[in-house]
Amino acid sequence: MNQRIGIDVGGTNTDAVLVDANGVVGAIKSPTTADVISGVRQALTELINSVGPSARQVDSAMIGTTHFVNAVVQRKGLNKIAALRVTLPGSASLPPLVDWPKDLAKVVNGGSYYISGGNEFDGQPVVPLDEDAVVKAAQSIRNSGITSVGITASFSPLSSACEDRVAEIIANECPGIRITCSHALGRIGLLERENATLLNAALLDLAANTTDAFRKALDDVGITAPLYITLNDGTVTSAELARKFPVYCFASGPTNSMRGAAFLSGLDDAIVCDVGGTTADIGCLVNGFPREANNVVEVGGVRTLFRMPDLISIGIGGGTIVRESPLSVGPESVGFRLLKEARVFGGSQLTLTDVAVASGLMDVGDKTLVSDIPETLIADALAMAHQKISVTVDQIKTDSQDVPMIAVGGGAPLIPEKIPGISVVHRVPFHGVANAVGAAIAQISGEADQVFQDFTRDDALAAALEIAVENAVKSGADRQSIKTIEMEDLPIAYLPGHAIRARVRVVGDIATSTEDS
Amino acid sequence: MAVGTWILGTGGGGSPYLNLLNIRELYATGRRVTLKDPMTLPDDALVAVLSSQGAPLIGQERLADSAMALKPLRIMEEYLGRKFDALMPVEIGGGNGLHAIMVAAATGLPAIDADAMGRAYPEAQMTSFAVANLQCYPLAISDIRDNEVVIPKAHSWKWMERVSRKVCTEFGSQASTCKAPRSGKEVRDHGILYTCNKAISLGKAVLKARQKHTNPVDAILDECQGSRIFTGKVTDVERRTTGGFLRGRTVLEGLGKNTKEKFNLDFQNEFSVGSLNGEAIVMTPDLICVVDSISGEGIGTESIRYGQRVDVLVLPAPEIFLSPRGLELVGPRAFGFDFDYRSYFKD
Repeated sequence: MNQRIGIDVGGTNTDAVLVDANGVVGAIKSPTTADVISGVRQALTELINSVGPSARQVDSAMIGTTHFVNAVVQRKGLNKIAALRVTLPGSASLPPLVDWPKDLAKVVNGGSYYISGGNEFDGQPVVPLDEDAVVKAAQSIRNSGITSVGITASFSPLSSACEDRVAEIIANECPGIRITCSHALGRIGLLERENATLLNAALLDLAANTTDAFRKALDDVGITAPLYITLNDGTVTSAELARKFPVYCFASGPTNSMRGAAFLSGLDDAIVCDVGGTTADIGCLVNGFPREANNVVEVGGVRTLFRMPDLISIGIGGGTIVRESPLSVGPESVGFRLLKEARVFGGSQLTLTDVAVASGLMDVGDKTLVSDIPETLIADALAMAHQKISVTVDQIKTDSQDVPMIAVGGGAPLIPEKIPGISVVHRVPFHGVANAVGAAIAQISGEADQVFQDFTRDDALAAALEIAVENAVKSGADRQSIKTIEMEDLPIAYLPGHAIRARVRVVGDIATSTEDS
Repeated sequence: MAVGTWILGTGGGGSPYLNLLNIRELYATGRRVTLKDPMTLPDDALVAVLSSQGAPLIGQERLADSAMALKPLRIMEEYLGRKFDALMPVEIGGGNGLHAIMVAAATGLPAIDADAMGRAYPEAQMTSFAVANLQCYPLAISDIRDNEVVIPKAHSWKWMERVSRKVCTEFGSQASTCKAPRSGKEVRDHGILYTCNKAISLGKAVLKARQKHTNPVDAILDECQGSRIFTGKVTDVERRTTGGFLRGRTVLEGLGKNTKEKFNLDFQNEFSVGSLNGEAIVMTPDLICVVDSISGEGIGTESIRYGQRVDVLVLPAPEIFLSPRGLELVGPRAFGFDFDYRSYFKD
């Protein structure tokens, strides 16, 4: 592997690492700033100071950020959108934004338009597309001053023609407008796909500003390498694509830390326990990637079909508050005030960090400030934290054999040595910056999710694989390095003939030069 | 009620989420549903029996729509030249349980606290009305366009199923139906009574358990006098489409006190037979419900996936399906198995 910089812009810290074929070359932790850009610039400057000016010659820079998901959660920095739904005469009783939290819907809602058209499951039109209605909607959108539109037609993942035609008409009528088509966001499930489309449309202003800021921070410190943004599934996309599809960058934090854990430990299959300041996130690595959640995932209260890691979060972290008589550990936390309020830093609040320092597990702050804590309290509090981690590990495990665990995050020393069902707990160097490492090593993915008719199961999966590979290459993957990481099929009840829904996902390394085609 | 119907769906009937959203939208505009005790129905009351027929996959792209769902009811009224007095779901399980409630909210007609399956079943002749040999026609079926079909007569319940399924497929594999209308007396004598309330209390018990952090699966068992037959993880799911149904098998590997044991679940849209270490120990018409071990949420045959941690529960079958005619229509042989029904509860 060539040299890469990985950056994780978290709520509290911005971490930067330099990684090459031999592993981690340098790592820096620096506070996140309100404007993001100066924090990234600061972290990069410190990294260059620490490893030398050669850090400027990296081949690529990957940034993972919680910025977009925070914008949705805090309802900040979102732009207004118009929703076009192309499904009439069906699906009319449930309007766009129907199950969104009211305050979020109010912030983004710039009008909904219903159009006759859309597809059947086999790609045939339900009814002909009503182009006059699209023109009328476009005029109304233009007059309303809305600059971002989301278009959703039924079964568009199987045939994008209808959405493409609507987009063409809108673009003609409203020059300069930004359009998100739902087929680009994949997956069957109209309401959830529309939700993702509209969230995406509402994040476009912020996505443009943020990616510009990242690029500028790199330019300011003299790094000219291409910029990639990490996605929910542990892969990356170019900054240009991230500007168009910010929803794909939502949950990259936990994914990056799990991928980083895999890289740092050399294990592809393990339980990962990431102990941060406020929570411990416990997930499962399968083939080097996080196992995904089965069910519908909510983001900021909105139902989506995003690929998200299957995690359980518990209130165990460095800032977790410890109380005596009766003894309790969490779930409350002092959070980012840890450096002021914890006892080892001169504060008055007893936290798990203090317990860890007093017991010799961690070495931060001033150890003499916690020398008065009774040994029984230390032992009992640690036992309670260990118990909570053990119970959660058992919930996340799907293998009856003992499996290894990788301990990462700043609070990793809080993880016990012995956990039922865990063969060995791996402690790794650079565990505190595992998510920046995960960003640095990210790959490019491609997916296909389609219904095939009158194909055998094998032919349908082969056809889906071919589409997934082409999608990955289009996104910048090196064809030779592409591996299949997921393949599933679902025969569809009630449909005539042999109808199979096949889903395939592949990943590959970033191509060093664009492929000739 | 949505939580309860999804569990009683025994894997089929589709997710009730979109129906629930429709009902919320209708409630927001001031509509309300009256649930009516079947015992208060006059003998000659005219009751509509409603369902949504089709593939759950289509339902994910063609959202449940109250205006479309009530169309066949109006078509049937026109055909009969008489207005309905009330309506009921054909099956309480899955999305179809709430489908009728949604139409009740949209039309203002009272919903009768009863259904004809007490669960979900894949075929139209698998109802208590068919067990009682009631008349199977007429039937009205419509799609989201202006396509409407009335089937004035069919030779038998099985023929009605065959003909209406063909129509449904032509409509894009999803349609709303109004099945053979029933009199108040027929509903009282041959319906499966108080199943709406059963779904509501079941849902309440699960939600209460989740809130109190007690075990929601135990709450289901207490509420329905059921038994937990297996706890495990899904290790394989095999699905195939034959004859217009989703058929297949799920393999579970045991956890906890079932460690080192294997459990197979056969399904045709709904779970039909469960086998422990190769021996069939639980079968239709007993309800085989597969639920998430932690949340108690129902899991469908279309959505059950590798790695899920589930509990397999058995709930007692509605009495009417235990008769010889009932077992002929919904016993294991009706699903192609070469053995007779043995109750899990009378062993």
